[in-house]
Amino acid sequence: MAYPMYEVDWSVLPPEQNRRFNPAFNIATIKQVVNEAIERVAPVSVRMQTPTRLRDLIRQIRAARTAAEERSVVNKECAYIRSTFREEDSVWRCRNIAKLLYIHMLGYPAHFGQLECLKLIASPRFTDKRVGYLGAMLLLDERQDVHLLITNCLKNDLNSNTQFVVGLALCTLGAIASPEMARDLASEVERLIKSPNAYIKKKAALCAFRIIRRVPDLMEMFLPATRSLLTEKNHGVLITGVTLITEMCENSPDTLNHFKKESGQREIVPNLVRILKNLILAGYSPEHDVSGVSDPFLQVKILRLLRILGKNDAEASEAMNDILAQVATNTETSKNVGNTILYETVLSIMDIKSESSLRVLAINILGRFLLNNDKNIRYVALNTLLRTVHVDTSAVQRHRTTILECLKDPDVSIRRRAMELSFALINSQNIRAMMKELLLFLERSDPEFKAHCSSAMVLAAERYAPSSKWHLDTLFQVLLKAGNYLRDDTVSSTLQIVSAAPGERQAYAAMRLWSSLERSAVCADATEKQPLVQVAAWTIGEYGDMLVSEASNAISMVDDDGVDDFTRPSEEYVIDIYQKLLWSTQLSITTKEYLLLSLAKLSTRLTTKPSQDKIRVIIDTFGSHIHIELQQRGVELSQLYKQYAHLRPALLERMPPMEAGAPEHDAEPEHDKPPPEQDALLDLIIGSEPLSNGDMEHAPAPPTNNNSTTNDILDLLSGLDLSTPSVPTPTTAVSVTNNNMATPSLLLDGLFAPAQPPVQPQETVVRALERNGVLVELVAQRGGDTAALTMRARSSASTTITDFLFQAAVPRTFRLDMMSPSGTVLTPQGEITQLLKITNPSKTPLRLRIRVSYNIDGNPILEQAEVNNFPPDLFN
Amino acid sequence: MMQFMLLFSRQGKLRLQKWYVAHPDKLKKKITRELITTVLARKPKMCSFLEWKDVKVVYKRYASLYFCCAMEQEDNELLTLELIHRYVELLDKYFGSVCELDIIFNFEKAYFILDELVLGGELQETSKKNVLKAIAAQDLLQEDEAVDGALREVGLL
Repeated sequence: MAYPMYEVDWSVLPPEQNRRFNPAFNIATIKQVVNEAIERVAPVSVRMQTPTRLRDLIRQIRAARTAAEERSVVNKECAYIRSTFREEDSVWRCRNIAKLLYIHMLGYPAHFGQLECLKLIASPRFTDKRVGYLGAMLLLDERQDVHLLITNCLKNDLNSNTQFVVGLALCTLGAIASPEMARDLASEVERLIKSPNAYIKKKAALCAFRIIRRVPDLMEMFLPATRSLLTEKNHGVLITGVTLITEMCENSPDTLNHFKKESGQREIVPNLVRILKNLILAGYSPEHDVSGVSDPFLQVKILRLLRILGKNDAEASEAMNDILAQVATNTETSKNVGNTILYETVLSIMDIKSESSLRVLAINILGRFLLNNDKNIRYVALNTLLRTVHVDTSAVQRHRTTILECLKDPDVSIRRRAMELSFALINSQNIRAMMKELLLFLERSDPEFKAHCSSAMVLAAERYAPSSKWHLDTLFQVLLKAGNYLRDDTVSSTLQIVSAAPGERQAYAAMRLWSSLERSAVCADATEKQPLVQVAAWTIGEYGDMLVSEASNAISMVDDDGVDDFTRPSEEYVIDIYQKLLWSTQLSITTKEYLLLSLAKLSTRLTTKPSQDKIRVIIDTFGSHIHIELQQRGVELSQLYKQYAHLRPALLERMPPMEAGAPEHDAEPEHDKPPPEQDALLDLIIGSEPLSNGDMEHAPAPPTNNNSTTNDILDLLSGLDLSTPSVPTPTTAVSVTNNNMATPSLLLDGLFAPAQPPVQPQETVVRALERNGVLVELVAQRGGDTAALTMRARSSASTTITDFLFQAAVPRTFRLDMMSPSGTVLTPQGEITQLLKITNPSKTPLRLRIRVSYNIDGNPILEQAEVNNFPPDLFN
Repeated sequence: MMQFMLLFSRQGKLRLQKWYVAHPDKLKKKITRELITTVLARKPKMCSFLEWKDVKVVYKRYASLYFCCAMEQEDNELLTLELIHRYVELLDKYFGSVCELDIIFNFEKAYFILDELVLGGELQETSKKNVLKAIAAQDLLQEDEAVDGALREVGLL
């Protein structure tokens, strides 16, 4: 691999300021001269071999023309460095570590330098310490055993008389503090916050910030020292102080109140307002100026803290209204800096209880952002609109066209935001227009978007469909355009909707789907659209008689463009298409199962003798299919032509309409075994009966699904997701631990976690479910971003309940962690508890879907419920 | 809070890495590799933000070098761009019209400057002057030691 040429010159400064002023240069020269002098004068015996200089090593490595050559240079040097470490050569240790750090950056292992770094740190020389600490930050991470050693070194240096030595120690602590280190050194840091030296003070404040991040319990001890930070003049101290207070306030509502309550001169909100005002009015100060704005870094931090202080607090909000208006109107917007501040201001205005005129101002700023030429500003605008859409939907609606335009942006970051925002803006008035745009988007979008986008579209269509015909058309379009990226649940929910529709609509569905099926069979792209094939097969199987009969002529197939391109197929043609698809090697087994059962059903729908014979031949061939499942189907269905022929018409009857939302235990008595796990979970999503209910012969076999429960639970979330617009987290972490997976440590977690009392726990008991003598309650304990819910199941039944399993799902903005349950067997009057931890950064009201399954007297029971009546201030 | 900062060249060579969260070495390498590929694949006209795993990546290219910061969800993306720019200005002031080679050959200096600007993932100093002053003073300390050491070696002290 050859090294390319490097651009030698780049500068952000205008040429006139571009002199090569270099303090390092002088030092380097002096050092070099001195070193060379030493090497000349010193007797050879003292220094056996002078190691390569860092600069020369870098040159050598860069001169390597191939990767192998580079490796050999590095290996040789590493071997040499190791040998000097073994010989305890302290003279060149610093240089050797520096070289090792360069080698480390290239990706080679360098862990053997860890201890040497500690030796450097312990050296009295500043040069050694500086490189030693740099090495420690790069080579150590929290898992290292050497941490105990470094904690001692840090403790020493935190007490040093040289401010820069203290600075190095604080910097290192801030970068690599583990919880143990944080605990051991917290008191030193607290002492240093009170130092009169601003250089040390600011670093100590940020160290405290990191310590609290790692160990929130330690917050209390920093409170008194933190108070005075805001009275300082130095901007470094101010900004670090604001950062520290922000972290504390976000961490604990008690601390938030603590800061708010301080009265008089030191009241926090007026104090911050004063600092901000001074910044705006102070005029030009060269030290902190960034393109005409005075210290934007500090301004943004203060605005963010004001937002936290003003949230749900009318009085505090009132006190900051004026300054927010002032910032929003006076900030220069021609540069990125100005927009940075405006962006933060808008967020604050929307989050606090601000005046309505101020909100209008904020939304207008976002409107301007949306039209900005700078992509970054547009991205930020979309992001913020998404966060504020729940506060003022109508104001955001005004920018709808611009937002839809952003769906076509070439930049994936912008497209993603625009998509989320579009879904948040859909309502019953604009659904037709929005869906049209979103369908176009779905067709062209990247695969990573398709699953999410299609599910969201299905939900929106379900919620706002203006007519059932439109609803069906939209679903079919989604099926067509999302292809295989469609999630499984969409197939079953579509089937449920078709099944529940009136007769004429079912015929319409069969005809529409026939067109799509035929087209994909002819174009041979059915493998890319398997969910569509499944839905089409099921529908045609059920309502095939209407498809081929004269009656279909009465149904209008005119589409949106006013074209009716439907031709009624002949029976043979239908069977030909089926045969073609069934013979295809690329369709999945599940899809083929749908097709095969559909074909069997068609045998009673199609009336002519030749078509019936043809169907029978096809089915018989499956009796020897290589795949066991299909073979079994083939054999079973063939039997229906032989000794059970009299049962065939009745067995292949149309399915009764599937009802949405029917509870599981009320289902038809004929189903004798509990539905398989995945269907039950699907059920929870679509709120309809699973396909496999009733006679197994009637419906396509349940898809062979290897998904774990966790995945299904994830799916289950989709039902809750889109009704509240919110900033989506890219990954929803849901961990479900049921007792058979429980490891000993998880069990311990479950036992010990409730024992840690949160600060002033306030408990609320929410009754979630009560049936069959089983009462499920949720005990909610509020606290910051994370609430702890304890599930408590009590039985008043006379018999023992076994296999008790509690599952829960939350919308995507939440994070749910479930601990192991205390058991699975519920004796009469017994109790099972399970701890749930719910993290909610967006602080929206909690909605929870729960499912409880158990065996009572050998009968499996499945219950589900949605719990919405949590106290609104659960997260504060 | 900044989770990490990476500097890499247009050819994908890592020039600087600063981690404020604890990850095992292996994971760091994986993240670095994936992120460099993702960022380099983006077109110049695209926005500077990237939602990547659970972080917001803010990056900007200065000549042949990409400056890339991973921020948390609550952080102001635009301000991160200002922070990157501030770092570049500081490098420029220190090295005098800095270029990639300066950072390669003096990577430790680039780290030292970053450590005076950012601590534990948060900005610690908003004055350029103060940062440069602190660096100069520490360089001077090193220089004194070097001279002192040299004189001691040759027996003049």
